[in-house]
Amino acid sequence: MQQRKSLFLNTSATLGFIFLYAPIIALIVYSFNKSKLVTVWGGWSLKWYSALFNNEQIMTAAWLSLKVAFISASVAVVLGTLAGFVLSRMGRFPGKLVLSGWITAPLVMPEVITGLSLLLLFVAMEGAFGWPSGRGIGTIIIAHSTFCLAYVAVIVQSRLSAMDESLEEAAMDLGAKPFSLFFLVTLPLISPAIISGWLLSFTLSLDDLVIASFVSGPGNSTLPMVIFSKVRLGVTPEVNALATIMIGIVALGVVGAIWQMRRQNRMMNRLD
Amino acid sequence: MNAPVSLNIPGQKPVSGLGRLIYTLRHLSIGRWTVISLPSLWLAVFFFVPFLVVFKISLAEPTISIPPYSSLLEWDPEESFATLKLNLGNYIYLFEDTFYLEAYLSSIRIAAVSTFFTLLVAFPMAYLIARSKSTTRILLLSLVILPFWTSFLLRVYAWMGFLKKNGLINEFLLSFGIIDQPLTMLQTDFAVYIGIVYTYLPFMVLPLYTALEKMDITLLEAAEDLGGRPMQNFFLITLPLAIPGIIAGCLLVFIPAVGEYVIPALLGGSDTLMIGKVLWDEFFLNRDWPMASAVATVMLIVLVLPIMLIRNTNSGKEAF
Repeated sequence: MQQRKSLFLNTSATLGFIFLYAPIIALIVYSFNKSKLVTVWGGWSLKWYSALFNNEQIMTAAWLSLKVAFISASVAVVLGTLAGFVLSRMGRFPGKLVLSGWITAPLVMPEVITGLSLLLLFVAMEGAFGWPSGRGIGTIIIAHSTFCLAYVAVIVQSRLSAMDESLEEAAMDLGAKPFSLFFLVTLPLISPAIISGWLLSFTLSLDDLVIASFVSGPGNSTLPMVIFSKVRLGVTPEVNALATIMIGIVALGVVGAIWQMRRQNRMMNRLD
Repeated sequence: MNAPVSLNIPGQKPVSGLGRLIYTLRHLSIGRWTVISLPSLWLAVFFFVPFLVVFKISLAEPTISIPPYSSLLEWDPEESFATLKLNLGNYIYLFEDTFYLEAYLSSIRIAAVSTFFTLLVAFPMAYLIARSKSTTRILLLSLVILPFWTSFLLRVYAWMGFLKKNGLINEFLLSFGIIDQPLTMLQTDFAVYIGIVYTYLPFMVLPLYTALEKMDITLLEAAEDLGGRPMQNFFLITLPLAIPGIIAGCLLVFIPAVGEYVIPALLGGSDTLMIGKVLWDEFFLNRDWPMASAVATVMLIVLVLPIMLIRNTNSGKEAF
């Protein structure tokens, strides 16, 4: 009986992993396809990679997306860390419930609503104060920072509440001022959460199509916007090459993170 | 909170008069209020106020100007008198035209069916991960998270290559003689289900894993000793203990799936009706900003708000 159960479990879990990876692997393999037709195999070739790097539209959009993602992730980390800190370390204050609701709401808000509402806000603000004049990189960064802030806040908050407060209390007893307490004790302790929050924000921003489509102005197409319009128009083997490069970078990052984690574990074991 | 090492424990009011005074002063410091108000102000301006703007514009009339909607306050310079003009027409139209109602219902149906299948696919994976050794566990968890870090759009695009008429699945089935006509899979609701299950799978696996990992394995052993059959043990012990994870995972998949735009736009057919797509088309194709705002307002009030309230009172937060 036990045997049969684990066989069923293993099979269905394996099928789940195959389901998760089959399209990605097919995408990678076909990025090296010589033929223009995605389904016909014409032998190995790197021509779609050179086509990709010679495609100025994609390269410009990629550069814009990287800039937006970098700045948004950085803004989101500063505001999100503050928000997470406020929720877990500031005790009670009027409006805390409202703030914690606001912080978690963007996590589940449908993107079309977030995008539409931010655009309408920008248009209304432009009408009222003349700022932001038109839409472009600035409005995309504000929009992305806002929804990434929520993810950073949740990660930082859970790290802080899992953490023992005694270190901070000890520092306070030794006379640390709130400012130095935060920068010398709390910040180093939550740095893993901040780093993962930054990385998550960076990828979320790099990936976002819907919100960027609403809040970007003409001539400010991010990479997902360009990919989306290309994909809708039809066969685009360069996109396979682009996807493969992005998957490769992410895979390297994850492998690096696992390696780092195992090294840390080994060091901890040695210390014990 | 641990043993009170210091006298000033943040968040706990001292009882004595002097202590309370110090507490109040300390907690009213400029630094503290800067720290609180910075993220609060940002969220107020860029997250909360936008909804008020959406609601306001949903009461306006579409006009051919920039911005393409009428002002609610009409100022009469001669009389120095302002009149508030509210147009409920968008909402009336929303409920009169069955198209919108159908779109809301069909989004809920598609999201619910997809959420159910996501749960079915995710459960064995989460269970296997939770029950494996710590080194394999890290590897399997990374395998689940890895696709989440790659572009969502490109993963949906990968499925287009799988599902289309001359795509890999059809080629495979044809070459083995299982079918003799290529199946139409792309541009159907079926493709949308697959797309949602596929892209939201990590959101289901992770909370399920968190719940299952916390589960006390000795409960299952005890049940087995008492003669419980595997199926019985699963439904009477494992499943009830996984419920917080199931709820969290289902909400994380269901809510964004209801408003999904990209998946129905790329994988769905012209008859696939989802409210996210309707809102998008209303905005970008018809350029009817007030109508799009009305669609968003109803979506927010009917679909998102109740679920968010449940989520806040529930243990859903554990998912993160």
